[in-house]
Amino acid sequence: MKIDLERISWVDIFLWLFRIAAFVLIVVGIYNTLAAGKYTSEQWVTLIFSGLAQGSIYALIALGYTLVYGILLMINFAHGDIYMAGAFTAVFLAEYFAENGFLAAHPFIALTLLALLAGGVSMALAVLVERIAYRPLRNAPRLVPLITAIGASFSIEYTFRGLYGPGFHAYPPVPALSGSVHIGRFEVPTVQIVVLIAAVVLMAGLYFLVERTKIGKAMRAVSENQDVARLMGIDIDWVIVFTFAVGGLLAGVAGVFNGLFRPQGVYFFMGFIPGIKAFTAAVLGGIGNVPGAMVGGILLGIIEALGPNLFLEGLGIPAANQLKDAIAFTVLVLILIFRPQGIFGERLAEKKA
Amino acid sequence: MAMLELENVHAYYGYIHALQGISMTVEKGEIVALIGANGAGKTTTLRTISGLLKPRQGRVLLDGEDLAKYKAHEIVYKGVAMVPEGRGIFAKLTVAENLDMGAYSRNDKKGIAEDLERVFTLFPRLKERRNQVAGTLSGGEQQMLATARALMARPRLLLMDEPSMGLAPVLVEAVFDTIQEINKKGTTILLVEQNALMALQIADRGYVLQTGEIVLSDTAEGLRQNPMVQKAYLGIE
Repeated sequence: MKIDLERISWVDIFLWLFRIAAFVLIVVGIYNTLAAGKYTSEQWVTLIFSGLAQGSIYALIALGYTLVYGILLMINFAHGDIYMAGAFTAVFLAEYFAENGFLAAHPFIALTLLALLAGGVSMALAVLVERIAYRPLRNAPRLVPLITAIGASFSIEYTFRGLYGPGFHAYPPVPALSGSVHIGRFEVPTVQIVVLIAAVVLMAGLYFLVERTKIGKAMRAVSENQDVARLMGIDIDWVIVFTFAVGGLLAGVAGVFNGLFRPQGVYFFMGFIPGIKAFTAAVLGGIGNVPGAMVGGILLGIIEALGPNLFLEGLGIPAANQLKDAIAFTVLVLILIFRPQGIFGERLAEKKA
Repeated sequence: MAMLELENVHAYYGYIHALQGISMTVEKGEIVALIGANGAGKTTTLRTISGLLKPRQGRVLLDGEDLAKYKAHEIVYKGVAMVPEGRGIFAKLTVAENLDMGAYSRNDKKGIAEDLERVFTLFPRLKERRNQVAGTLSGGEQQMLATARALMARPRLLLMDEPSMGLAPVLVEAVFDTIQEINKKGTTILLVEQNALMALQIADRGYVLQTGEIVLSDTAEGLRQNPMVQKAYLGIE
């Protein structure tokens, strides 16, 4: 390949140096950490599983972003709060179940009911947000629904704050999930395994829905060309409502999963950071791409779980675990600079946007 | 009663007065050609019939019923299907999925399966490629797919927008043969074409559209003999 030297700009050179520097830092960090041998393989496996469980929650939320973007080319920035709404509502049912012993006696039924309630609340809220904040602006410039999204986000947050106060509500511990499972010689908390399996089942279900069912094909048709989809007899509004509903359902269920292994509990602002992280995950996988959101979410969970100990510590950064969020958002910035289309995404130029 | 009737239809794109009082009819069983230059309003006429664009004045009647109260997707359920301009296939869906979307408005599994066989007989090439992503088809195959997809709705009235666009001459012949075949099996066809020569060979009647108005209407034979049509659209001096 012949390289035309005159066409290489300073920006390109800078970006290449940046890539190389980032790569070197990560490699040196990992080498130092592993050479120091501070962590046992059991500890690494623990980190990987917590990353998988957290990542599967990101993936479930990320699917909501990616489905909506695929159809409307719009980022639903209220999605993090839709996730919060489900998790927050279900905590009251969880407390009730814990008090009357139902949670201990029939954990599976109780958790299913919690997931259904949270999913239902988030689904209804997602549909409501679409109806009020987005549908009237369907033909407005693309910045406008982005602004109403932020408005919707604040409305939901402060409604919950107004209703239930600014404090935390902790999910009660589930006795059946408090133990751990032995996988080979490794010990993994049961709750993480359950969350991971449940999330994978949900994602498989979604994949089946999108790929095989009539409504799933209609969703893909609408995302390609709305006018032609109308000519097939597809009711665009119904498909869009359905898409928001599915995204909301997954987010609500993810909210319960989150409550199960995060002892600090839920509060009105809890959706913000996971929302942006799930958005990061969706961008990482390629926004608009369903498998991309799944892979992006899990990958982000693992990067976040391993990153601090694996390379930040090796670089001699103190209190590396405090930098989890910094890692996630650095990932977002790096993808946007180097691969804006994400892992599975096509180049934006090819899209009608 | 005409199957389709347009009564003094006016339509706008923003401030552009694209259709300036169009009146026309399509009778059951006919092939009607709508010819005219680029920008004359041919596509706009089809978009207005299919409900993608609503007339600001005038009425579109299907079997005497005003379509104004129906949304575009509801009009499909009334038996109107369209082969859109530039084919408009779903490039990321497979050929089979595109055909499924064509039958979206129907629930009779048996009838859908029959029609699938029927379009595969009409277009054997599509059967070979049924599991291929539609974006990888050639232009001619995409045209076949767009036509087949519209047929999957089992329409009474088929609107076709420039089915010959961008095709090699030999394929154009094939497309027009197919249109005649579809018509013989009972589907009424409203055909929009720049290729006026071909369109007027297979049509029963035709309308000539100029800057949003119908300037001529006659039997296809009459239009072929008309000096103005010969000069402007058939390239005969």
